[in-house]
Amino acid sequence: MVSANTELTYNSKIEGDVIVSRADAVINWIRSNSMWPMPMGLACCAIELMGSAASRFDIARFGAEVMRFSPKQADVMIVAGTVTYKMSSAVRRIYDQMAEPKWVIAMGACASTGGMYRSYAVLQGVDRILPVDVYISGCPPRPEALLDALIKMQEKVKREPSASKLLSA
Amino acid sequence: MSPSPDAVAALKGGWAGVTDRASLDHPALNVPASDLIAVLRELKARHAFDMLADVSGVDWGVGAKPRFTVVYHLYSTTDHGYFRVAVDCADDAAPEVPSATGLWPAADWHEREAYDMFGIRFSGHPDLRRILMWDGYPHFPLRKDFPLAGIETALPDAEVVAETKTNAIAAPMAGGPFVAEPGQINMTEAEPRAKDESWSERRPKPGA
Repeated sequence: MVSANTELTYNSKIEGDVIVSRADAVINWIRSNSMWPMPMGLACCAIELMGSAASRFDIARFGAEVMRFSPKQADVMIVAGTVTYKMSSAVRRIYDQMAEPKWVIAMGACASTGGMYRSYAVLQGVDRILPVDVYISGCPPRPEALLDALIKMQEKVKREPSASKLLSA
Repeated sequence: MSPSPDAVAALKGGWAGVTDRASLDHPALNVPASDLIAVLRELKARHAFDMLADVSGVDWGVGAKPRFTVVYHLYSTTDHGYFRVAVDCADDAAPEVPSATGLWPAADWHEREAYDMFGIRFSGHPDLRRILMWDGYPHFPLRKDFPLAGIETALPDAEVVAETKTNAIAAPMAGGPFVAEPGQINMTEAEPRAKDESWSERRPKPGA
């Protein structure tokens, strides 16, 4: 008496919850869809940054609504505003306190180049002290521009060789 | 409303060095630094100028005599009028005037700002530190001999300097600063973008 094999269909107890993919794709998918910003709001760009976080523009659609005021919990520093030389040390220190992997968005003309402040007091572009991933033009940029930068940031993160970096670390 | 004219007369009569100061709006006096605190105290106690509205510095230029002047603006909250007191600094190399912090606590930050920007020392100030620039910054940025672009200087934090290998640079001016005498230059033409275009409001677009 031989019992017939009744498992003709997909058995979720054996094969369920298993997806085959590349490690890079999985890690980058997770990272790019939960980019928690460190809001480095230094001037009027910070108002637009707040606007992007509020309901009309809703940065939560891109998984970046969790503004972390502790650098230890943040992934991407959004430098929104004029960086004075006096403030530059604090900006660099906060960047140093962020855990790897970390990224930087220079939001607006001032953070990117010093903007209209050709002056003895203003850092001529935050890229003089930080590695910047995405620059946003505008004075200040509209929230759409910040969201666009965030999408560009996500695309950049998705191209990173995360698994090999993690294994070699 | 303005303060009664006898305030000016009484002050001029009380101190020999106090003289009239040219003014388009409020009553104003030149006061020697040695009499400054006594005159301010008199204005506060006798003439109801109970509020110190502003303390500012003036640099008349390298070689001017005197080079630095400190200007006080007083306001009377009962008579609703302003009064201006100006003090010339005797020493052009190390300008110094007595501090007004004993009369008005508001003078504290104003005097720190004047010290930060002009290097004018206020003797008797409880905590004369820089207020806008960082501690240890070697220059006084609003002096006439300080260039607008700035002077190359080390950043405040030595660790950050060691890590980033950068410092406070003289900012690129890109053809500026766009400052001119009235009537001498058209500001539209002076803007950088105007130089890239063959037409503006005053020069019509060719062929249009």
